[in-house]
Amino acid sequence: MKGLKIIVLAKQVPDTRNVGKDAMKADGTVNRAALPAIFNPEDLNALEQALRLKDKFPGSTVTLLTMGPGRAAEIIREGLYRGADNGYLLTDRAFAGADTLATSYAISCAIRKIKDFDIIIAGRQAIDGDTAQVGPQVAEKLGIPQVTYAEDVLELKNKSVVIKRRLERGVETVECPMPCVITVNGSAPDCRPRNAKAVMKYKHSRTQTERQEASEDYINLVNERPYLNIAEWSVNDIESDINQLGLSGSPTKVKKIENVVFQAKEAKVISADDNGIDELMKELITNHTLG
Amino acid sequence: MDNFYIDNPELKFHLTHPLMKKIVALKERNFADKEQFDYAPIDFEDAMDSYDKVLEIVGDICANIIAPNAESVDAEGPELKDGGVVYAKGTQENLDALVKAGLMGITLPRKYAGLNFPIVPYTMAADIVSRADASFVNVWGLQDCAETIHEFADEDQKMRYLSRVSAGETMAMDLTEPDAGSDLQAVQLKATFNEKDGKWYLNGVKRFITNGDGHISLVLARSEPGTSDGRGLSMFIYDKNNGGVTVRRIEHKLGIIGSPTCELVFKNAPAELVGQRKLGLIKYVMALMNGARLGIAAQSVGIAEAAYREGLNYAKERQQFGKPIIKFPAVYEMLSKMKAKLDGARTLLYETARFVDVYKAYMHLAEERELSKEEKEELKHYQKLADIYTPLAKGLSSEVCNSLAYDSLQIHGGSGFMKDYPIERIYRDARITSIYEGTTQLQVVAAIRGVTTGGYLKQIREYEAEEIKPELHTYRRILIQMTEEYEEAVNKVVSVNDNEYIDFHARRLVEMAGNIVMGYLLLLDTNRDSSYWKSLEVFVKTSRPENHARAEMIRYSNINDLGRFKQE
Repeated sequence: MKGLKIIVLAKQVPDTRNVGKDAMKADGTVNRAALPAIFNPEDLNALEQALRLKDKFPGSTVTLLTMGPGRAAEIIREGLYRGADNGYLLTDRAFAGADTLATSYAISCAIRKIKDFDIIIAGRQAIDGDTAQVGPQVAEKLGIPQVTYAEDVLELKNKSVVIKRRLERGVETVECPMPCVITVNGSAPDCRPRNAKAVMKYKHSRTQTERQEASEDYINLVNERPYLNIAEWSVNDIESDINQLGLSGSPTKVKKIENVVFQAKEAKVISADDNGIDELMKELITNHTLG
Repeated sequence: MDNFYIDNPELKFHLTHPLMKKIVALKERNFADKEQFDYAPIDFEDAMDSYDKVLEIVGDICANIIAPNAESVDAEGPELKDGGVVYAKGTQENLDALVKAGLMGITLPRKYAGLNFPIVPYTMAADIVSRADASFVNVWGLQDCAETIHEFADEDQKMRYLSRVSAGETMAMDLTEPDAGSDLQAVQLKATFNEKDGKWYLNGVKRFITNGDGHISLVLARSEPGTSDGRGLSMFIYDKNNGGVTVRRIEHKLGIIGSPTCELVFKNAPAELVGQRKLGLIKYVMALMNGARLGIAAQSVGIAEAAYREGLNYAKERQQFGKPIIKFPAVYEMLSKMKAKLDGARTLLYETARFVDVYKAYMHLAEERELSKEEKEELKHYQKLADIYTPLAKGLSSEVCNSLAYDSLQIHGGSGFMKDYPIERIYRDARITSIYEGTTQLQVVAAIRGVTTGGYLKQIREYEAEEIKPELHTYRRILIQMTEEYEEAVNKVVSVNDNEYIDFHARRLVEMAGNIVMGYLLLLDTNRDSSYWKSLEVFVKTSRPENHARAEMIRYSNINDLGRFKQE
């Protein structure tokens, strides 16, 4: 089989696993400054799946695509350190404030521009929003099939891919035609560590913006080593409808954010018969847990 | 994310030692490799940054993969299957992770797909790996056998074998036999040259071979029939792909259980001669052992680090009589001494690694061009220092390692004796360090030359002459007194003019020299970074009376002691 062209969607997120007191601002938004920015954990699982495919099918390339502020270039570098071949940072004020709809629109436009791909792999969801919507929406916008909750890519056939999905009550093996979108679960294998040579090779990689203050020596180095240039795309680099981007393309409006403190309450025993289940369902519907 | 490099700032402190400038310059030679290799550094700062970033990867893998696997590796151990070794599951995972991260062939030149790192950062990686799992460093760390191929094999052999090491194949050094342990001159494994196919074949048995089923092995064998001493031995490369060697047994050990210690049977195993015949023991094994000894010194320091941390954490958490036990003088004194010894052993380790780096870099440079007169002198100077510092570092750090493991377990009390805490494994793992690659007693035999020829004293005088901050003068004065006492003791022993008498006091004298050397190194470390102040104070305060006790023993000793102490 010829090499695959794989795109990995990754996001830089605040590390919500180590939340301190000042994690939220008074207005209910996330205080990003108080939380370290990390590579979204399930996107690392996705990257690992991509790298495994690359190991199995020599000649494959892994391209990272991320959208975010300038500092999200860190995500591209991290991917390069672990074995990705190149990456694109989608960054522009016009993208800011995007909900999942606007995000997936921008990303799908960028993918159309990249054009040539066999598989898009993303993490199931990001730990900041936990929506799990962007991957599936990208598939919809590109008009290609999607496989969610993937845990392993088992096999590659001529024009399709066989995937193990992790579901609530077990696993499911599905075959899906390519090109397609796969979203990967956190239960998939952890991402490999950085590679020493890749770190040394790519540690000087920078986006155009990051290079603005660089010394002349550094500019010469980049000219000699073009792979040190991390592609940075603004709204002008992708073909898109500006109204569908950023805040204006985002129908989601945050009404209110509450701090929820989980409290252990007394356990309730429900009798294991139709009557008991009936009572429980009624209660859940009444308190709006269901319905 | 935990990281065993980042959480241990002592490592970065030693990495940034001023002598690194010279080492990097010698190693990178005007940074010429950058034209050819995209991962080669462009200048000194870039090289140092690369060491730092790569050690960060080591620290990550050690904290998040190797250390969490250590308990199961210790419980499972390797398995003998069809005449070969199957590693414990965790050992294999550890190895896969380090190979994938490109952490093999660390010191090898880039043309053999290595990272071309100096010995110093490589030793740091070994230090970090040992803290995570002492048994695993034996499998991974045997990559320094490649250094011997690099030094003595021909270009064709280097091309064929070294890039395989960089790609992740493991190594072994097959020296010991049932009747040849410390005395390798007695090696019997037979190497026969077959005139028909022009190849060497090996027959016989090797014992206690660490990672004996590795891909590429260096084998010491008797190539000259009819000889019985070291001059009849040559060095061979055995490639597992060719077959001919089976593992007959994996030893059951007290510690480092994850490391497979093998008994090997060679049956017409094809092998390649390395370098020249007859130089196997007298030249190549000596070089091999020096590298391995530095490796054990690093392993010792890494284990000591783990022991110290376990002891410290336990002492802070464990409450007795209404307070954490670290509040009791009996416990905090133990811990402060442990820390001082750990810092002392580590600073000696990296001083030694720097000496080895400079002379080896010159040696490899000499293969490419004639060295200038000054360069030749420097090579000789640093080689001499490396020769006397290597056994000192191995001998002393392995003893420090054992003493820290002992004290750390003691701090744990009864709990430490149970399998519930890592310290019982660390304690068992520590025990081998003062035995293999030459027992402490044999390190003393090698190190005593540094005492009798004045090698240590000369270097101590160099340390003494370094400029230091005024507040450190008090400690220098103490170290000068200790040096005078040491000189007097040496002179007294040497003046008796009897080799057995020198051997009798050898360990005492070597330890006295070691304490002064470590004291000075800690003094210079403190001069560079005041966070070593406490370790310096504790180290000097405890080693002065220790040295004094040894000096007293010598002061009241005479040749008749040989008879008094002789056991029949």
